[in-house]
Amino acid sequence: MPPETSRAEATLELRGVSKYFGDLPALRNVSLRIGRGDSVFVYGPNGAGKTTLLRTLATLARPSEGTALFSGRDVHENPPAARAAIGFVSHATFLYGELTARENLKFTGRLFGLREPEKRIDTALELFALRDRADEPVRGLSRGLQQRVTLARAILHDPAFLLLDEPFTGLDAASRENLQSLLRRLPEQGKAVVFSTHDFDQGVTLARRLVAMEAGRVRYDGPLNLAPLDALHIARAH
Amino acid sequence: MQTLRIAWTIFVKDLRVEWRSRETLASMCVFSLLIVFLFNFAFESAREETLRLLPGLLWIAFAFAGILGFNRSFAGERENACLEGMILAPIDPSAIFLGKMFANLLFLAVTEAVVVFAAALWYNFSFLPSLGRFALIVLFGTVGYVALGTIFGAIAANTRMREVMLPILQFPISFWILILGTDATSDVLRGNTAAFAAGAARVAGVSLIFAVVSYLLFEYVLEE
Amino acid sequence: MKFPLRVHLAITLVWMILALYLIFLYAPQETTMGEVQRIFYIHFPLAMTALLGYFFVFLGSMGYLWKRSQLADDFAHSCAEVGFVFCSGVLVTGPLWAKPVWGIWWTWDARLTSTFILWLLYIAYLMLRAYVTNPGRVEVLAAVVGIIGFVDAIVDYMAIRWWRTQHPQPVIAGGPGSGLDAPMWLTAMISWGALLCLFAYLVRQRLGLAELGRELRGLRRELASGH
Repeated sequence: MPPETSRAEATLELRGVSKYFGDLPALRNVSLRIGRGDSVFVYGPNGAGKTTLLRTLATLARPSEGTALFSGRDVHENPPAARAAIGFVSHATFLYGELTARENLKFTGRLFGLREPEKRIDTALELFALRDRADEPVRGLSRGLQQRVTLARAILHDPAFLLLDEPFTGLDAASRENLQSLLRRLPEQGKAVVFSTHDFDQGVTLARRLVAMEAGRVRYDGPLNLAPLDALHIARAH
Repeated sequence: MQTLRIAWTIFVKDLRVEWRSRETLASMCVFSLLIVFLFNFAFESAREETLRLLPGLLWIAFAFAGILGFNRSFAGERENACLEGMILAPIDPSAIFLGKMFANLLFLAVTEAVVVFAAALWYNFSFLPSLGRFALIVLFGTVGYVALGTIFGAIAANTRMREVMLPILQFPISFWILILGTDATSDVLRGNTAAFAAGAARVAGVSLIFAVVSYLLFEYVLEE
Repeated sequence: MKFPLRVHLAITLVWMILALYLIFLYAPQETTMGEVQRIFYIHFPLAMTALLGYFFVFLGSMGYLWKRSQLADDFAHSCAEVGFVFCSGVLVTGPLWAKPVWGIWWTWDARLTSTFILWLLYIAYLMLRAYVTNPGRVEVLAAVVGIIGFVDAIVDYMAIRWWRTQHPQPVIAGGPGSGLDAPMWLTAMISWGALLCLFAYLVRQRLGLAELGRELRGLRRELASGH
């Protein structure tokens, strides 16, 4: 079964990646490999490079030095291959205010060329308890509801890699629970999850691997339970 | 094929957003009508002079209405980083260019129709005898103008004072589209059919060059 | 860099003095326009160099998009700044010549218009560089504008033929009516050479400045990060 094997090999990887904004380095020589079933918590003080790290993994930011790879190939040689396998939640919602939640998802479904869009959209809406509000323009929804639509949008195409930058922002308690159980469940299904949150204690309960960042560098990358205290200390002190 | 289908999806999305808000088309039409209206009082003119001034007036109105539209076109995409949302999809970046360009083209074409109608009414001028040829010239010029506006709109969206940056990029570079368009329009409205083919070919040629270059370069604009 | 900047500067100065000598003492007086025609030996080389400058902006832009080399971007940026100064020179010397000869400072003749557009293209390119908010994107966006701008410059020189012009015919193209006297031609060429040499010198200086600026910001950054 070729699709299975290719999925088993699927990896997202950064090799010696530095990213400069003008002269300002956001990432310095970062190497990182995300594979099947990984569950990664990215932590660090403000300005440590978490957002740039996630954006580089998501293929949005192109490395200034080094390479971003998808399954061993340079992402920027064939971006669509990687993008089809990646779901990304950033600080922005990616939603059109004039369109309803359902229309936004439909648009995304078309861009991703989904085969059974209606069914997938219903599932995604269900998962984040959005069915009642699905046909209102997104502009009128609260920040928390919009965030839920954004999450539904990110998992719509059933990505092998789900990357989330501060996904808990603005969520109410119930959706927080929902998202937490999703973040725990996906790695068990062989999907990889990479997320950042400023709430260290919450992150620790959700992930098995910690990537601690400081000043654009990765200070620790390994199992959460083996993380040396000083790395955690660096990470927690902001 | 795939690219065109995605472009169509983006085009339809833009129309739906516009249908709900009606902001872009309304501002383009009102603004260009104001230009035509003010121009009338700036140059209260006899018929022969109208014939001399009208082509330039029309293209100025088209050009400014276009600027408004192109700015809004990418302002909407920037608001919630929707443009990034599209870039994250496994699609050919050219599809984004084509989809946005077709939407801009439709909006500007509708505005142009409104402007021409108003000009016909207010200046007592009949476009009917040469309507087909006139429409063709305007269409040729508009395609190139909109192609440039689409890529410059995307570029200006990355700048401070984008409302200023867009015309600074757009006007010098689309200068010849506007000038050749005005010349050809002038010939057509005077009933100079002999000059039509050459005029149309020039406008179409210059338009085509800029459309192709914009199409080829657009994917770089999306990069970070 | 093959030879030191000081030598380059010395050569430029000597060459410019030679050009001045030729312009004022060697070249014969033009019969219809008189002394004022001598401004041609500055005006024409400035115009050619300004146009060439935008071609260099184009080359640098292509080079950047292709190889992502910082040097290519610096080159395009430097040529744009120096080219802009040269192009401004064209717009100043032109009217000085036109007033006594045509009786007007300016006319929207095709060649004047296209030079003015070239000047606007330089402005658009430089303003874009100054206004991009995300510093990581300046190079790519500027390169795209540099390339489209150059295409526009080509369209300019194509579209000119469709317009009537009262400007002197292109001297280089050398139609029979536009032929220059041999000494005049020699003077123009030497003068152009001097201006090209000056252009190259200024671009090299500007490239060095870009490099220094980068170094400085690097040092500041290291200081700020406390090492």
